Amino acid sequence: MRSLAAIGVFALLIALVPAMVDSGYLLNAIIMTLYAALLGQAWNILGGFGGLFSFGHAVFFGTGAYAMAVLQVNFGWNAWVALPAAMVLGGAVGGFIGALSFRYGLRGSYFALVTLAFAEVFRVLANTFQFTGAGVGLMVPLKESALNMQFGKTGFLYLILSFLIAAQLVAWWIRHSRFGAWLQAVRDNEESASALGVDVFRVKMLAIVMAGMLMACGGAFYVQYLHYIDPHLAFGASVSVQALMAAIVGGIGSVWGPLVGAAALQLLGELTRNLMGDAPGINLIVYGVVLVLMVNFMPRGIVGLATRWKR
Amino acid sequence: MILQVRNISRSFGGLKAVQDVSLSVREGSISALIGPNGAGKTTLFAILSGFIKPDGGSVLFKGKDITGMPPHRICRLGMTRTFQLVQPFAAQTVRENIAVGAHLGIASRKAALAKAEEVARQVGLEEQLHKPAIDLTIAGRKRLELARAIATEPRLLLLDEVLAGLNPQEINEMLPVIRGIRDAGVTVLMIEHVMQAVMSLSEHARVLNNGSLIAEGAPVDIASNPLVIEAYLGHGTAERLRKAMEAAGAA
Repeated sequence: MRSLAAIGVFALLIALVPAMVDSGYLLNAIIMTLYAALLGQAWNILGGFGGLFSFGHAVFFGTGAYAMAVLQVNFGWNAWVALPAAMVLGGAVGGFIGALSFRYGLRGSYFALVTLAFAEVFRVLANTFQFTGAGVGLMVPLKESALNMQFGKTGFLYLILSFLIAAQLVAWWIRHSRFGAWLQAVRDNEESASALGVDVFRVKMLAIVMAGMLMACGGAFYVQYLHYIDPHLAFGASVSVQALMAAIVGGIGSVWGPLVGAAALQLLGELTRNLMGDAPGINLIVYGVVLVLMVNFMPRGIVGLATRWKR
Repeated sequence: MILQVRNISRSFGGLKAVQDVSLSVREGSISALIGPNGAGKTTLFAILSGFIKPDGGSVLFKGKDITGMPPHRICRLGMTRTFQLVQPFAAQTVRENIAVGAHLGIASRKAALAKAEEVARQVGLEEQLHKPAIDLTIAGRKRLELARAIATEPRLLLLDEVLAGLNPQEINEMLPVIRGIRDAGVTVLMIEHVMQAVMSLSEHARVLNNGSLIAEGAPVDIASNPLVIEAYLGHGTAERLRKAMEAAGAA
């Protein structure tokens, strides 16, 4: 139960931030960190606990983002109603991709390629259809009010904090439940798991649906916070990379890994910007180098390193 | 009869791995399935436990037809197998490994971990509970494989060479463990090469050769069956052995 209390303490600490921090720049940095941690956790649930590495988490992200924008702009839905719908759609896309891939036992790089392909297909579709605004994208009009899920910086901090806490609780539950034990068993050895009575297909399906819902939640937040989405932002590779980077740098298969990774990457991003300026693509080069170094020398991430010291 | 196998066959391309095998297992017994390497024993186990679908024939467990059912459903009905090549959840501790099996019947994480400790004591792994499974010796991994299977509380346990790779002392330590499992009410069917174990544990043995059952009966009779001797040692061996014995007797 100590680990559950840790989530509470973390929530409390972040909730106190607006009372102490005045700088909009710093608040924005914290919001973006929490947001990246949410994406990372959505990746971690499938990739970290389930061993199913996705290269196309953007497909869930974009589904959530577009659902949020289309339902509000084209159908006049209230944002608070659109949010659960966006999450359900993200979960449904997860279920669809999962049913296709897991039915045929796709694992490893094959599964990664399927997710990548789906993200790309969705990007092309969003680029084509009129109701998604095609290549121009969709603009969500600015009407700041809690009723529209549009806030100032402080309000958005609380919004993303509550989303992230929900994701942390899901991860905590996975770490301490029968479902989580089954999911990790499937990750470590599918044959053994099924010999011990684990319904491998069902366990994987649940994991990808949960990951899809959380990632869609991240997409919905993005639209609310920045008021704009286009096919490349929604389904491009950079969101997928952002999600897996946070999890891998922080430590996959751990409850706090994605948050730690997101914070480390945020700091790294600020550093590179200060040292090398805003040269386009420089952050991607740094990301690539960090990813290679991490996978080679710290496969358990920062959290893995910390637990090794403790022993 | 807890398990009835009727006319099971399975081929891989031109290779008839299992041909028309029928056998039955009495509830509460320890019985053995023996045979030379490549005889089809592991394939037969894989068919019984649902990992491979047979081309023909049927498997009845507790009177219910389970032919072609997926492994996890067969396990839930009460038949659990172990693997000859042990397959631990390497990244997890011994306790977590066993708990995966315990979770079959127990939803609560806490209760499953407690059950894991109990099972660990039963197979002599209680000192290693906190070790990652990958740090265990071969003997330890065999025990772990056994422990995970017991934790599912099966009615019938299929053991695929749990003694292979152990030294004589480790084998002697394992024999009472297996007997204890049977005494707790679990029927055991084991594939085994260690004849000493087959002799001392099982009351009934079957011999598989080239995919077919060639002999069945008490282990002592099996060991002197000419067909069985030839299966292991080659065609004509039984005849030569008999002559050698006679010559020795005459001299």
